[in-house]
Amino acid sequence: MQAINHVAGKAIPFGRKNVDTDVIIPAHWLKTITRTGLGKGAFESIKLEDGNVFTDERWAGAPILIAGDNFGCGSSREHAAWALLDMGVTCVIAPSFSDIFSGNAFKNGILTVALPQEAIDRLMEVAQDETIDIDLDTQSVTTPFQDRFTFEIDPFRKHCLLNGLDEVGLTMAQGETISTYEGKARETLSFLASPVLAA
Amino acid sequence: MTTAPRTLYQKIWDAHVVDQRDDGTCLIYIDRHIVHEVTSPQAFESLRAAGRPVRRPDLTLAVPDHNLPTTARRDANGNRVPIADPQSAQQLDMLEKNAPSFGIRYIGDADPEQGIVHVVGPEQGFSLPGATIVCGDSHTACNGGLGALAFGIGTSEVEHVLATQTLLLKQSKTFEVRVEGTLGAGVTPKDVILHVIGVIGTAGGTGYVIEYTGNVFREMSVEGRLTVSNMSIEGGARAGLVAPDETTFAYVKGRPYAPKGADWDKAVAWWKSLATDEGATYDKSVFIRAEDIQPTVTWGTSPEDTSGIGGVVPAPEDFADASKRDAVKHSLDYMGLTPGTKLTDVEVQNVFIGSCTNSRIEDIRAAAEVLKGRHKADNVKWAIVVPGSGLVKAQAEAEGLDRIIIDAGLEWREPGCSACLAMNPDKVPAGERCASTSNRNFTGRQGPGARTHLMSPAMAAAAAVTGKLTDVRDLAPMTEPA
Ligand code: SF4
Repeated sequence: MQAINHVAGKAIPFGRKNVDTDVIIPAHWLKTITRTGLGKGAFESIKLEDGNVFTDERWAGAPILIAGDNFGCGSSREHAAWALLDMGVTCVIAPSFSDIFSGNAFKNGILTVALPQEAIDRLMEVAQDETIDIDLDTQSVTTPFQDRFTFEIDPFRKHCLLNGLDEVGLTMAQGETISTYEGKARETLSFLASPVLAA
Repeated sequence: MTTAPRTLYQKIWDAHVVDQRDDGTCLIYIDRHIVHEVTSPQAFESLRAAGRPVRRPDLTLAVPDHNLPTTARRDANGNRVPIADPQSAQQLDMLEKNAPSFGIRYIGDADPEQGIVHVVGPEQGFSLPGATIVCGDSHTACNGGLGALAFGIGTSEVEHVLATQTLLLKQSKTFEVRVEGTLGAGVTPKDVILHVIGVIGTAGGTGYVIEYTGNVFREMSVEGRLTVSNMSIEGGARAGLVAPDETTFAYVKGRPYAPKGADWDKAVAWWKSLATDEGATYDKSVFIRAEDIQPTVTWGTSPEDTSGIGGVVPAPEDFADASKRDAVKHSLDYMGLTPGTKLTDVEVQNVFIGSCTNSRIEDIRAAAEVLKGRHKADNVKWAIVVPGSGLVKAQAEAEGLDRIIIDAGLEWREPGCSACLAMNPDKVPAGERCASTSNRNFTGRQGPGARTHLMSPAMAAAAAVTGKLTDVRDLAPMTEPA
């Protein structure tokens, strides 16, 4: 997983509330076999709307997305996070996120920043012409106009994101603890823990 | 380890803790991992990108099921019949390549052991009582019928298990669902679980693992217990459990991957110790009288929308909760049903007997018993019976059940998920009804606009015969009582 500390650049001023995972990536994109390539399907229905922010050249390739309340509600599909990453988005700012989405985002190295609605309104304004700056270390969002908003983040998640640690890598680092368990289990629960299949 | 009385769930949990964090999160060892084609490609992709191997390929089994058509997979010359949908073909192809390249045993699309993941696991003795079992599919809960702690996981977790054979989990609360008494004639395990979900609601088990207790489950076959536990997820719970007992041991013994010799005796001794201790408490309990359970069907688009077959379509006003009233209104619109209509007056155009809920041999037998000597109604356009595995198919054919089914005008198919979800060619047309033995009646689940009524295999067979939702008990007996 890519380490994240600083995200700076254009921010897509989307701002819509209750965006569900079906809007982020419609179900017919789920029959994929890779995490990549889903950017094309991201916000597919919104891209058909006149004057939408996703087909506007000004925000092409922007690393930040600004959204409304309850972003990522609906099904648990991890494809929503993959679609954002494939668009180049590594940070989403919104007043709130669905639990499952923020978990999936974290697992895929996307920083989710929750800020009060007033801050979102201000950032939406700034994002029209200017860039936005997110610093994970100091947990702050700043603009060229001296705006500064601070945000909360779970310390464990912060540590993982800053160091590019994914859960798989972290658990693999506990390999010896797992081996100890396996050794013990092979004695007491041999019928469960011994090799059962050969390819 | 604590000496306080423990539940079955706590005992299995305790036996699998590898490590515990300060916040109570545990690293839990996973004994068995089953992989299918839909939720695994991206997990394998990540492992490959990071150069990570599969930690325990010997505890992992790969089987394709969701995308496979249920028509012949080999032509007369033994060549593979191409799959029309290129994306389905690609997902299947990836699994077939990924499994051997990571050293994982793969059951092929035309192997006799192939079937729906949750049917294959228990059938092969790969799923065992007391084991922790995961698969990237929510109906993994099915395996809980053996007394295994089994639940579905997402793609990132599939990757985590492949790489580490563990998962980071927080302990769930426990929910006892006790059913006691005598089940009436024609009342099957499917009716029991549909009734239970009707009582507890689809959110009733959220945050809990359900343990099914009481004489009704103790007297139930293992296949019936698998049917019940399968739908724990529709009751909101991530997993369900039935304590392993002599019935379980008899079922598991001798299966291909079941423990043998001294290991078998050791296993049985441990399994016997897993039953919930006297004095252990559940976080909540519900008690249901077996006599209250009728042959049950769903009328709406949520699995909690159940009714005894003798009932009528309810009206939104029948519900106290405002948001439920709204949901019922939408449901009835989608289902094309008018409040007050007798359920037995509702016509069906399609019948699907199959899915991981009801595609084992006992299910096929129950359907065949109703179909024997009868024929499907003319208004039923499409009626298929899809065995859960190649071995179920072979067994049914050895018993002559396929003949009964075909003679009754139904199709007898190759094993797979089939019309349970619209991911392969078996779909229910928009606006049409289907009497289905699957587990989800969600909007669009069996195809865009499809209207699903969930029920037991016997009830679905009865609906095929009359062309309407039917109380199977009202069909005159065809065979002499034994
Ligand atoms: S039969 Fe249906 S519920 Fe079962 S695994 Fe297949 S798609 Fe899922």
